[in-house]
Amino acid sequence: MERLDPRARSDIYGSRINRAPYPWRVRLVPYASIMTASLLPVLLIADTMPMLPSLGFLVLLAWRMVRPGLMPLWAGAPLGAFDDLVSGLPFGCAIFLWSLAMIAIELIETRFPWRGFWQDWFAASVFAVIYWLATLLFSGASITPEMVGVAAPQALIAVLLYPIITRMVAGLDRFRLARARKLD
Amino acid sequence: MAPPSSRRSGFSKKAQFSLFTGYLLAGAAALLGAVLLTLSLWQPAAFAPLRGVAGDVVTPAATGTATARAGGQGIFASIAGYFNAGAQNAELRRENELARIRLAEADAIAAENRRLKGLLGLRDGESKPVAVARLVGSTATSGRRHAFLSAGSAQGVRSGMPVLSERGVIGRVLETGRNSARVLLLTDSESVLPVRRATDNVIAFAEGRGDGLLRIRLVNLGVNPLKVGDMMVTSGAGGYYRPGVAVAVIAKITADGGIARLVAEPAATNFVSVLPVHEATAVAALEGMDIGAPDASPSPAASTSASASAAAAATAEE
Repeated sequence: MERLDPRARSDIYGSRINRAPYPWRVRLVPYASIMTASLLPVLLIADTMPMLPSLGFLVLLAWRMVRPGLMPLWAGAPLGAFDDLVSGLPFGCAIFLWSLAMIAIELIETRFPWRGFWQDWFAASVFAVIYWLATLLFSGASITPEMVGVAAPQALIAVLLYPIITRMVAGLDRFRLARARKLD
Repeated sequence: MAPPSSRRSGFSKKAQFSLFTGYLLAGAAALLGAVLLTLSLWQPAAFAPLRGVAGDVVTPAATGTATARAGGQGIFASIAGYFNAGAQNAELRRENELARIRLAEADAIAAENRRLKGLLGLRDGESKPVAVARLVGSTATSGRRHAFLSAGSAQGVRSGMPVLSERGVIGRVLETGRNSARVLLLTDSESVLPVRRATDNVIAFAEGRGDGLLRIRLVNLGVNPLKVGDMMVTSGAGGYYRPGVAVAVIAKITADGGIARLVAEPAATNFVSVLPVHEATAVAALEGMDIGAPDASPSPAASTSASASAAAAATAEE
Protein backbone atom coordinates (compact mmCIF):
# COMPACT_ATOMS: atom_id res chain seq x y z
CA MET A 1 0.00 0.00 0.00
CA GLU A 2 2.78 2.44 0.99
CA ARG A 3 4.51 1.67 -2.29
CA LEU A 4 1.52 2.90 -4.25
CA ASP A 5 0.97 5.98 -2.12
CA PRO A 6 3.27 6.91 0.77
CA ARG A 7 0.50 8.93 2.42
CA ALA A 8 -2.12 6.21 2.15
CA ARG A 9 -2.24 5.42 5.85
CA SER A 10 -1.81 8.96 7.11
CA ASP A 11 -3.68 12.24 7.10
CA ILE A 12 -2.70 15.84 7.89
CA TYR A 13 -2.15 14.85 11.52
CA GLY A 14 0.36 12.11 10.60
CA SER A 15 0.26 8.36 10.38
CA ARG A 16 -2.97 6.80 11.48
CA ILE A 17 -1.46 3.51 12.57
CA ASN A 18 0.24 3.12 15.92
CA ARG A 19 0.29 6.86 16.59
CA ALA A 20 -1.75 9.15 18.84
CA PRO A 21 -1.65 12.85 19.75
CA TYR A 22 -0.23 13.92 23.08
CA PRO A 23 -3.09 14.54 25.52
CA TRP A 24 -1.39 17.59 27.02
CA ARG A 25 -1.14 19.20 23.60
CA VAL A 26 -4.78 18.50 22.85
CA ARG A 27 -5.85 20.28 26.01
CA LEU A 28 -3.25 22.95 26.64
CA VAL A 29 -2.41 24.49 23.26
CA PRO A 30 -5.49 26.74 22.92
CA TYR A 31 -5.17 28.17 26.43
CA ALA A 32 -1.39 28.53 26.24
CA SER A 33 -1.60 30.33 22.90
CA ILE A 34 -4.25 32.77 24.13
CA MET A 35 -2.26 33.56 27.28
CA THR A 36 0.94 34.03 25.27
CA ALA A 37 -0.91 36.39 22.95
CA SER A 38 -2.05 38.39 26.00
CA LEU A 39 1.54 38.68 27.17
CA LEU A 40 3.22 39.58 23.86
CA PRO A 41 2.18 43.27 23.67
CA VAL A 42 3.66 43.87 27.15
CA LEU A 43 7.13 43.50 25.68
CA LEU A 44 6.70 46.59 23.50
CA ILE A 45 7.34 50.06 24.87
CA ALA A 46 4.32 52.10 23.78
CA ASP A 47 4.89 55.55 25.22
CA THR A 48 2.83 57.71 22.89
CA MET A 49 -0.10 55.61 21.77
CA PRO A 50 -1.51 52.10 21.88
CA MET A 51 0.31 50.05 19.27
CA LEU A 52 -1.52 46.74 18.99
CA PRO A 53 -5.09 45.55 19.40
CA SER A 54 -5.70 43.08 22.20
CA LEU A 55 -3.97 40.04 20.70
CA GLY A 56 -5.33 37.75 23.41
CA PHE A 57 -8.89 38.59 22.44
CA LEU A 58 -8.19 38.12 18.73
CA VAL A 59 -6.63 34.70 19.34
CA LEU A 60 -9.59 33.75 21.52
CA LEU A 61 -11.96 34.75 18.70
CA ALA A 62 -9.88 32.79 16.19
CA TRP A 63 -9.90 29.61 18.31
CA ARG A 64 -13.62 30.01 18.82
CA MET A 65 -14.19 30.35 15.05
CA VAL A 66 -11.72 27.67 13.96
CA ARG A 67 -12.80 25.08 16.53
CA PRO A 68 -16.35 25.73 17.73
CA GLY A 69 -17.09 23.96 20.98
CA LEU A 70 -13.47 23.25 21.84
CA MET A 71 -13.40 25.62 24.79
CA PRO A 72 -16.25 25.64 27.30
CA LEU A 73 -18.60 28.60 27.16
CA TRP A 74 -17.20 30.06 30.37
CA ALA A 75 -13.56 29.93 29.20
CA GLY A 76 -13.62 33.68 28.58
CA ALA A 77 -13.64 34.41 32.31
CA PRO A 78 -10.36 32.80 33.48
CA LEU A 79 -8.52 33.79 30.30
CA GLY A 80 -9.87 37.33 30.61
CA ALA A 81 -8.74 37.50 34.23
CA PHE A 82 -5.22 36.66 33.12
CA ASP A 83 -5.38 39.27 30.36
CA ASP A 84 -6.58 41.89 32.85
CA LEU A 85 -3.50 41.42 35.01
CA VAL A 86 -1.12 42.50 32.25
CA SER A 87 -3.19 44.58 29.84
CA GLY A 88 -3.36 47.78 31.90
CA LEU A 89 -7.15 47.84 31.81
CA PRO A 90 -9.08 47.86 35.07
CA PHE A 91 -9.39 44.36 36.52
CA GLY A 92 -12.67 42.77 35.45
CA CYS A 93 -12.88 44.46 32.05
CA ALA A 94 -11.73 41.47 30.03
CA ILE A 95 -13.57 38.98 32.28
CA PHE A 96 -16.78 40.86 31.50
CA LEU A 97 -16.19 41.47 27.79
CA TRP A 98 -14.68 38.07 26.93
CA SER A 99 -17.54 36.24 28.67
CA LEU A 100 -20.09 38.33 26.80
CA ALA A 101 -18.26 37.68 23.52
CA MET A 102 -18.29 33.90 24.10
CA ILE A 103 -22.03 33.95 24.79
CA ALA A 104 -22.70 36.18 21.77
CA ILE A 105 -20.71 33.94 19.41
CA GLU A 106 -22.60 30.92 20.73
CA LEU A 107 -25.90 32.64 19.98
CA ILE A 108 -24.74 33.63 16.50
CA GLU A 109 -23.70 30.07 15.90
CA THR A 110 -27.09 28.63 16.81
CA ARG A 111 -28.69 31.18 14.50
CA PHE A 112 -26.29 30.67 11.57
CA PRO A 113 -24.87 27.13 11.81
CA TRP A 114 -23.31 27.19 8.33
CA ARG A 115 -20.83 29.96 7.93
CA GLY A 116 -17.87 30.57 5.68
CA PHE A 117 -14.65 32.51 5.99
CA TRP A 118 -16.20 35.86 5.07
CA GLN A 119 -19.02 35.58 7.58
CA ASP A 120 -16.54 34.60 10.27
CA TRP A 121 -14.28 37.50 9.40
CA PHE A 122 -17.22 39.90 9.45
CA ALA A 123 -18.44 38.61 12.82
CA ALA A 124 -14.95 38.72 14.30
CA SER A 125 -14.43 42.26 12.97
CA VAL A 126 -17.64 43.44 14.58
CA PHE A 127 -16.57 41.84 17.85
CA ALA A 128 -13.07 43.32 17.64
CA VAL A 129 -14.34 46.84 16.95
CA ILE A 130 -16.92 46.68 19.76
CA TYR A 131 -14.23 45.35 22.08
CA TRP A 132 -11.87 48.17 21.06
CA LEU A 133 -14.54 50.79 21.77
CA ALA A 134 -15.54 49.18 25.08
CA THR A 135 -11.94 48.95 26.33
CA LEU A 136 -11.44 52.60 25.43
CA LEU A 137 -14.52 53.53 27.46
CA PHE A 138 -13.65 51.28 30.41
CA SER A 139 -9.94 52.14 30.48
CA GLY A 140 -10.41 54.48 33.43
CA ALA A 141 -8.93 57.43 31.56
CA SER A 142 -10.86 60.51 30.57
CA ILE A 143 -11.43 60.19 26.84
CA THR A 144 -9.94 63.01 24.79
CA PRO A 145 -10.54 63.39 21.03
CA GLU A 146 -6.79 62.99 20.49
CA MET A 147 -6.86 59.70 22.35
CA VAL A 148 -9.59 58.30 20.09
CA GLY A 149 -7.59 59.52 17.10
CA VAL A 150 -4.45 57.65 18.05
CA ALA A 151 -6.38 54.55 19.09
CA ALA A 152 -8.28 54.29 15.78
CA PRO A 153 -5.47 52.38 14.01
CA GLN A 154 -5.87 49.70 16.68
CA ALA A 155 -9.37 48.89 15.40
CA LEU A 156 -8.18 48.76 11.80
CA ILE A 157 -5.22 46.53 12.69
CA ALA A 158 -7.55 44.23 14.64
CA VAL A 159 -9.79 43.77 11.60
CA LEU A 160 -6.86 43.18 9.26
CA LEU A 161 -5.03 40.84 11.63
CA TYR A 162 -7.93 38.42 11.99
CA PRO A 163 -7.28 36.31 8.83
CA ILE A 164 -3.58 36.04 9.66
CA ILE A 165 -4.30 35.02 13.23
CA THR A 166 -6.84 32.47 12.02
CA ARG A 167 -4.18 30.90 9.80
CA MET A 168 -1.78 30.78 12.73
CA VAL A 169 -4.44 29.24 14.96
CA ALA A 170 -5.19 26.64 12.28
CA GLY A 171 -1.48 25.79 12.26
CA LEU A 172 -1.50 25.52 16.05
CA ASP A 173 -4.56 23.28 15.78
CA ARG A 174 -2.63 20.92 13.47
CA PHE A 175 0.22 20.93 15.99
CA ARG A 176 -2.28 20.26 18.76
CA LEU A 177 -3.74 17.19 17.08
CA ALA A 178 -0.53 15.92 15.43
CA ARG A 179 -0.07 12.21 16.12
CA ALA A 180 3.38 12.46 17.58
CA ARG A 181 3.08 9.84 20.33
CA LYS A 182 4.03 6.25 19.49
CA LEU A 183 1.70 3.61 20.89
CA ASP A 184 3.47 0.50 22.11
CA MET B 1 -17.89 25.89 9.84
CA ALA B 2 -20.96 24.12 11.13
CA PRO B 3 -20.92 23.28 14.81
CA PRO B 4 -20.34 19.58 15.51
CA SER B 5 -23.64 17.76 15.82
CA SER B 6 -22.61 16.44 19.24
CA ARG B 7 -23.20 19.95 20.57
CA ARG B 8 -26.88 19.82 19.76
CA SER B 9 -28.61 18.69 22.91
CA GLY B 10 -31.59 16.98 21.30
CA PHE B 11 -33.66 14.94 23.75
CA SER B 12 -30.71 13.99 25.96
CA LYS B 13 -31.38 15.42 29.40
CA LYS B 14 -27.66 15.25 30.23
CA ALA B 15 -26.70 17.25 27.15
CA GLN B 16 -29.46 19.75 27.82
CA PHE B 17 -28.29 20.25 31.38
CA SER B 18 -24.63 20.63 30.42
CA LEU B 19 -25.55 23.19 27.75
CA PHE B 20 -27.70 25.06 30.25
CA THR B 21 -24.91 24.95 32.86
CA GLY B 22 -22.49 26.36 30.30
CA TYR B 23 -24.73 29.35 29.63
CA LEU B 24 -25.34 29.79 33.35
CA LEU B 25 -21.61 29.78 34.17
CA ALA B 26 -20.77 32.15 31.32
CA GLY B 27 -23.54 34.53 32.36
CA ALA B 28 -22.39 34.40 35.97
CA ALA B 29 -18.81 35.06 34.84
CA ALA B 30 -19.93 38.09 32.83
CA LEU B 31 -21.82 39.38 35.85
CA LEU B 32 -18.80 38.82 38.10
CA GLY B 33 -16.65 40.63 35.55
CA ALA B 34 -19.03 43.59 35.54
CA VAL B 35 -18.91 43.76 39.34
CA LEU B 36 -15.10 43.55 39.38
CA LEU B 37 -14.88 46.19 36.66
CA THR B 38 -17.09 48.59 38.60
CA LEU B 39 -15.06 47.91 41.73
CA SER B 40 -11.74 48.57 40.02
CA LEU B 41 -13.01 51.71 38.29
CA TRP B 42 -14.19 52.94 41.67
CA GLN B 43 -11.07 51.82 43.59
CA PRO B 44 -8.22 51.61 41.04
CA ALA B 45 -5.76 50.27 43.59
CA ALA B 46 -8.00 47.38 44.64
CA PHE B 47 -6.26 44.71 42.55
CA ALA B 48 -2.76 46.17 42.70
CA PRO B 49 -1.26 43.18 44.60
CA LEU B 50 -2.55 40.74 41.96
CA ARG B 51 -1.15 42.88 39.15
CA GLY B 52 2.13 43.15 41.07
CA VAL B 53 2.47 39.35 41.09
CA ALA B 54 1.74 39.23 37.35
CA GLY B 55 4.32 41.96 36.76
CA ASP B 56 6.92 40.02 38.75
CA VAL B 57 6.31 36.98 36.54
CA VAL B 58 6.54 38.94 33.28
CA THR B 59 9.56 41.08 34.18
CA PRO B 60 12.39 38.52 33.75
CA ALA B 61 11.29 37.70 30.20
CA ALA B 62 10.71 41.37 29.42
CA THR B 63 14.18 42.28 30.69
CA GLY B 64 15.63 40.08 27.96
CA THR B 65 13.65 41.82 25.25
CA ALA B 66 14.51 45.22 26.75
CA THR B 67 18.21 44.39 26.41
CA ALA B 68 17.68 43.28 22.82
CA ARG B 69 15.68 46.44 22.12
CA ALA B 70 18.47 48.67 23.43
CA GLY B 71 20.95 46.80 21.22
CA GLY B 72 18.68 47.18 18.21
CA GLN B 73 18.36 50.92 18.74
CA GLY B 74 22.16 51.15 18.83
CA ILE B 75 22.46 49.30 15.51
CA PHE B 76 19.98 51.59 13.76
CA ALA B 77 21.63 54.68 15.23
CA SER B 78 25.08 53.60 14.05
CA ILE B 79 23.82 52.76 10.53
CA ALA B 80 22.14 56.16 10.34
CA GLY B 81 25.35 57.71 11.64
CA TYR B 82 27.33 56.55 8.58
CA PHE B 83 25.31 58.81 6.34
CA ASN B 84 26.23 62.50 6.68
CA ALA B 85 28.97 61.57 9.14
CA GLY B 86 31.35 64.29 7.98
CA ALA B 87 28.99 67.24 8.25
CA GLN B 88 27.71 65.92 11.55
CA ASN B 89 31.23 65.61 12.88
CA ALA B 90 32.01 69.26 12.21
CA GLU B 91 28.67 70.33 13.67
CA LEU B 92 29.18 68.23 16.79
CA ARG B 93 32.68 69.59 17.27
CA ARG B 94 31.33 73.12 17.21
CA GLU B 95 28.49 72.21 19.59
CA ASN B 96 30.93 70.50 21.91
CA GLU B 97 33.01 73.66 22.14
CA LEU B 98 29.94 75.67 23.02
CA ALA B 99 28.77 73.07 25.51
CA ARG B 100 32.14 73.15 27.24
CA ILE B 101 31.88 76.89 27.66
CA ARG B 102 28.33 76.60 28.99
CA LEU B 103 29.42 73.85 31.35
CA ALA B 104 32.10 76.08 32.81
CA GLU B 105 29.53 78.82 33.24
CA ALA B 106 27.17 76.37 34.90
CA ASP B 107 29.92 75.32 37.29
CA ALA B 108 30.41 78.91 38.26
CA ILE B 109 26.69 79.39 38.75
CA ALA B 110 26.49 76.21 40.81
CA ALA B 111 29.30 77.44 43.02
CA GLU B 112 27.57 80.76 43.50
CA ASN B 113 24.32 78.94 44.19
CA ARG B 114 25.98 76.86 46.87
CA ARG B 115 27.47 79.96 48.44
CA LEU B 116 24.15 81.80 48.48
CA LYS B 117 22.30 78.79 49.82
CA GLY B 118 24.94 78.43 52.50
CA LEU B 119 24.31 82.04 53.43
CA LEU B 120 20.58 81.39 53.64
CA GLY B 121 21.09 78.22 55.61
CA LEU B 122 19.06 76.12 53.16
CA ARG B 123 19.78 72.43 52.94
CA ASP B 124 19.29 70.97 49.48
CA GLY B 125 21.00 67.60 49.51
CA GLU B 126 21.15 65.92 46.12
CA SER B 127 18.82 62.96 46.64
CA LYS B 128 20.32 59.62 45.73
CA PRO B 129 18.25 57.35 43.48
CA VAL B 130 16.43 54.53 45.24
CA ALA B 131 16.96 52.21 42.32
CA VAL B 132 18.24 52.25 38.75
CA ALA B 133 16.30 49.93 36.48
CA ARG B 134 15.14 49.30 32.96
CA LEU B 135 11.74 50.10 31.52
CA VAL B 136 10.97 46.55 30.43
CA GLY B 137 7.50 46.82 28.96
CA SER B 138 4.29 48.73 28.69
CA THR B 139 0.57 48.27 28.30
CA ALA B 140 0.70 48.50 24.52
CA THR B 141 -2.90 47.44 23.90
CA SER B 142 -4.81 49.70 26.28
CA GLY B 143 -5.63 53.39 26.21
CA ARG B 144 -3.66 53.87 29.40
CA ARG B 145 0.04 54.62 29.18
CA HIS B 146 1.65 52.52 31.89
CA ALA B 147 5.17 51.12 31.75
CA PHE B 148 6.71 48.23 33.66
CA LEU B 149 9.89 48.81 35.60
CA SER B 150 12.31 46.02 36.51
CA ALA B 151 12.62 47.07 40.15
CA GLY B 152 10.04 46.77 42.87
CA SER B 153 9.40 46.96 46.59
CA ALA B 154 12.34 44.61 47.23
CA GLN B 155 14.63 47.34 45.87
CA GLY B 156 12.88 50.01 47.93
CA VAL B 157 10.58 51.38 45.23
CA ARG B 158 7.30 52.71 46.65
CA SER B 159 4.26 54.08 44.87
CA GLY B 160 4.41 57.81 44.29
CA MET B 161 8.14 57.96 43.67
CA PRO B 162 9.24 59.95 40.60
CA VAL B 163 10.93 58.10 37.75
CA LEU B 164 13.53 60.08 35.82
CA SER B 165 15.82 59.32 32.92
CA GLU B 166 19.08 61.12 32.22
CA ARG B 167 17.10 63.55 30.05
CA GLY B 168 14.12 64.34 32.24
CA VAL B 169 10.90 63.16 33.84
CA ILE B 170 9.46 59.81 32.70
CA GLY B 171 6.58 59.45 35.13
CA ARG B 172 5.61 58.28 38.56
CA VAL B 173 5.44 54.87 40.23
CA LEU B 174 1.81 53.77 40.43
CA GLU B 175 1.92 50.26 41.90
CA THR B 176 4.73 48.03 43.03
CA GLY B 177 5.28 44.30 42.98
CA ARG B 178 8.25 42.60 44.61
CA ASN B 179 10.60 42.95 41.65
CA SER B 180 8.56 45.04 39.28
CA ALA B 181 6.62 48.27 39.37
CA ARG B 182 4.05 49.98 37.22
CA VAL B 183 4.87 53.53 36.14
CA LEU B 184 2.28 56.10 35.12
CA LEU B 185 3.89 57.80 32.12
CA LEU B 186 3.51 61.54 31.60
CA THR B 187 1.57 60.93 28.36
CA ASP B 188 -1.24 59.09 30.16
CA SER B 189 -4.41 61.14 30.03
CA GLU B 190 -4.75 60.91 33.83
CA SER B 191 -1.29 62.33 34.48
CA VAL B 192 -1.02 65.91 35.77
CA LEU B 193 2.28 67.49 36.72
CA PRO B 194 2.92 71.02 38.03
CA VAL B 195 5.58 72.70 35.89
CA ARG B 196 7.14 76.10 35.36
CA ARG B 197 9.08 77.70 32.55
CA ALA B 198 12.79 77.10 32.97
CA THR B 199 13.76 80.74 32.49
CA ASP B 200 11.24 82.38 34.80
CA ASN B 201 8.36 81.56 37.08
CA VAL B 202 5.45 81.09 34.67
CA ILE B 203 3.69 78.20 36.36
CA ALA B 204 1.38 75.72 34.67
CA PHE B 205 0.10 72.18 34.69
CA ALA B 206 1.34 69.59 32.21
CA GLU B 207 -1.46 67.16 31.46
CA GLY B 208 -1.14 64.06 29.30
CA ARG B 209 -3.41 64.08 26.28
CA GLY B 210 -3.20 60.36 25.62
CA ASP B 211 -1.56 60.82 22.22
CA GLY B 212 2.05 61.36 23.23
CA LEU B 213 1.86 65.13 23.68
CA LEU B 214 1.32 67.18 26.82
CA ARG B 215 -1.16 69.98 27.23
CA ILE B 216 0.36 72.89 29.16
CA ARG B 217 -2.34 74.84 31.00
CA LEU B 218 -1.25 78.11 32.53
CA VAL B 219 -2.34 78.84 36.07
CA ASN B 220 -2.53 82.62 35.59
CA LEU B 221 -4.63 83.30 32.55
CA GLY B 222 -4.33 86.50 30.60
CA VAL B 223 -1.66 87.26 28.03
CA ASN B 224 -0.06 83.95 27.12
CA PRO B 225 3.68 84.44 27.71
CA LEU B 226 4.73 81.08 26.29
CA LYS B 227 6.68 80.82 23.04
CA VAL B 228 7.44 77.85 20.84
CA GLY B 229 10.64 76.22 22.06
CA ASP B 230 10.24 77.16 25.72
CA MET B 231 11.48 74.48 28.11
CA MET B 232 9.14 73.49 30.93
CA VAL B 233 10.66 72.03 34.09
CA THR B 234 9.14 70.61 37.25
CA SER B 235 8.13 73.33 39.70
CA GLY B 236 8.31 71.10 42.75
CA ALA B 237 4.76 71.95 43.79
CA GLY B 238 3.02 68.97 45.27
CA GLY B 239 6.28 67.75 46.76
CA TYR B 240 6.81 64.64 44.64
CA TYR B 241 9.42 65.91 42.19
CA ARG B 242 12.64 67.77 42.77
CA PRO B 243 12.23 71.24 41.19
CA GLY B 244 14.02 71.99 37.94
CA VAL B 245 13.88 68.64 36.13
CA ALA B 246 13.20 68.96 32.41
CA VAL B 247 9.71 67.87 31.35
CA ALA B 248 8.72 69.14 27.92
CA VAL B 249 9.35 71.67 25.17
CA ILE B 250 6.51 73.82 23.86
CA ALA B 251 5.66 72.90 20.27
CA LYS B 252 2.45 74.85 19.71
CA ILE B 253 0.71 77.75 21.42
CA THR B 254 -2.94 77.53 22.38
CA ALA B 255 -5.29 80.02 24.06
CA ASP B 256 -4.67 78.78 27.60
CA GLY B 257 -1.09 77.58 27.29
CA GLY B 258 0.41 75.27 24.76
CA ILE B 259 1.02 71.80 23.44
CA ALA B 260 4.38 70.39 24.42
CA ARG B 261 6.62 67.53 23.37
CA LEU B 262 8.31 65.28 25.91
CA VAL B 263 11.99 65.77 26.60
CA ALA B 264 12.51 62.20 27.83
CA GLU B 265 10.76 59.68 25.64
CA PRO B 266 10.32 56.39 27.46
CA ALA B 267 10.75 54.31 24.28
CA ALA B 268 14.16 55.85 23.66
CA THR B 269 15.28 55.33 27.23
CA ASN B 270 17.53 52.55 28.35
CA PHE B 271 17.88 52.94 32.09
CA VAL B 272 15.80 55.09 34.42
CA SER B 273 16.33 56.01 38.04
CA VAL B 274 13.67 55.98 40.72
CA LEU B 275 14.10 58.85 43.16
CA PRO B 276 12.63 59.16 46.63
CA VAL B 277 9.66 61.49 47.01
CA HIS B 278 11.27 64.92 47.29
CA GLU B 279 9.28 66.32 50.20
CA ALA B 280 8.02 63.13 51.79
CA THR B 281 6.82 64.75 55.02
CA ALA B 282 4.99 67.51 53.15
CA VAL B 283 3.32 64.99 50.84
CA ALA B 284 2.21 62.94 53.83
CA ALA B 285 0.81 66.07 55.46
CA LEU B 286 -0.99 67.10 52.25
CA GLU B 287 -2.52 63.67 51.83
CA GLY B 288 -3.65 63.74 55.44
CA MET B 289 -5.31 67.10 54.78
CA ASP B 290 -6.94 65.76 51.63
CA ILE B 291 -8.52 62.94 53.58
CA GLY B 292 -9.59 65.25 56.39
CA ALA B 293 -10.97 68.08 54.27
CA PRO B 294 -11.29 67.34 50.57
CA ASP B 295 -12.21 70.94 49.73
CA ALA B 296 -9.00 72.37 51.15
CA SER B 297 -6.65 73.20 48.28
CA PRO B 298 -3.19 73.75 49.68
CA SER B 299 -1.47 74.43 46.36
CA PRO B 300 -0.80 77.99 45.20
CA ALA B 301 -3.15 77.38 42.27
CA ALA B 302 -6.24 78.69 44.03
CA SER B 303 -7.11 80.83 41.02
CA THR B 304 -7.81 77.83 38.81
CA SER B 305 -10.66 75.43 39.25
CA ALA B 306 -10.75 73.40 42.41
CA SER B 307 -10.28 70.15 40.54
CA ALA B 308 -7.06 71.36 38.94
CA SER B 309 -5.55 72.38 42.24
CA ALA B 310 -6.59 69.13 43.86
CA ALA B 311 -4.89 67.35 40.99
CA ALA B 312 -1.77 69.42 41.54
CA ALA B 313 -1.69 68.54 45.18
CA ALA B 314 -1.91 64.89 44.37
CA THR B 315 0.30 65.21 41.26
CA ALA B 316 -1.23 62.73 38.90
CA GLU B 317 -3.04 60.73 41.45
CA GLU B 318 -4.89 58.08 39.50
